[in-house]
Amino acid sequence: MRGVLFLPDGLQARTLTECTMEVRDANAAMLSNFEVYQLLIELKEKRKEMVKNKHSTGQQNLNTIMYETLKYLSKTPCSHQSPENVKDFLTAMLPHKLTKAEKLQLLNHRPKTAVEIQLMVEESEERLSEDQIEELIQKVTEILPGDPQQEEGAPGDAEMDANADQ
Amino acid sequence: MFVVVEMVDTVRIPPWNFHRQLNDAIAEELNKKLANKVVYNVGLCICLYDITKLEDSYIFPGDGASHTKVHFRYVVFHPFLDEILVGKIKYCSQEGVHVSLGFFDDILIPPESLQQPAKFDEAEQVWVWEYETDEGAHDLYMDQGEEIRFRVVDELFLDTSPTGPTTDPEKESPYTLMASISEPGLGLLSWWSN
Repeated sequence: MRGVLFLPDGLQARTLTECTMEVRDANAAMLSNFEVYQLLIELKEKRKEMVKNKHSTGQQNLNTIMYETLKYLSKTPCSHQSPENVKDFLTAMLPHKLTKAEKLQLLNHRPKTAVEIQLMVEESEERLSEDQIEELIQKVTEILPGDPQQEEGAPGDAEMDANADQ
Repeated sequence: MFVVVEMVDTVRIPPWNFHRQLNDAIAEELNKKLANKVVYNVGLCICLYDITKLEDSYIFPGDGASHTKVHFRYVVFHPFLDEILVGKIKYCSQEGVHVSLGFFDDILIPPESLQQPAKFDEAEQVWVWEYETDEGAHDLYMDQGEEIRFRVVDELFLDTSPTGPTTDPEKESPYTLMASISEPGLGLLSWWSN
């Protein structure tokens, strides 16, 4: 155990008053869903290895929040993303001059329609032309992977509709 | 929807955990204290991001445990104003539509922020969007379990620290989000998918 000091009574009072928790920066950085997803998966693996030691009841809150958050995130586009996708995406977004918050939303949601882009980009009617919006949708859907199950289903549906029309 | 929050706290490690690596023991204590809890004006804490600095550990007379001041960063759920999120409808009431994300439940869309015109169906306890087209009005029901896209328009932090035996233990939520679906593209995902 590193640096344990046994304090005489005189110093005890002063140190104990510093005991309350302090928030230094409530907004140090924004995290993408992808980063949180990766973190939780790593934490889950690490904790699986430590299960042999003991499973104290105090860990229940962490278990609950990890389970629920992973469940939620696994149904979003971030669960199919990789660090390379995210890097390529951010590079592709450079010419569009979007704010950090706007890029984050595009990354987290992977919008496929113009109406979604308009929701996430502030004053999009003034900043983006129709062609630019199409370009954004193209880049987003090409660079960020979609849900493999859904992508497979789509051509099948189109076939079924064509048959229904006949 | 997630942010990293820098915090400082003093962590108490009981003697029976002295055999463990200090970093692991501290990480476990921090998660025990903060995970799945709301910190006033900060958000819902998810898990430890990392430990940035460990100061010296002290032992005080009368307590065999060590006390260490820790500088760390925590992952917190705190959507920014106007952020677009997707959740599931938990239930509808006179107050509006209650939405859940699974790990966070207290999201409310008040009646005035629904797609207008909207009415509350008392029999089925569900809000309905009376969508007008040239052909007539379609009733679009906001059923339980449906996926819904919304915009965060406000947040409310309440201090739920215990006050005294006289106050009624009301089920107040420490952190509530107010949302809106009154724009094109918002509302049930099924309303906007082709």
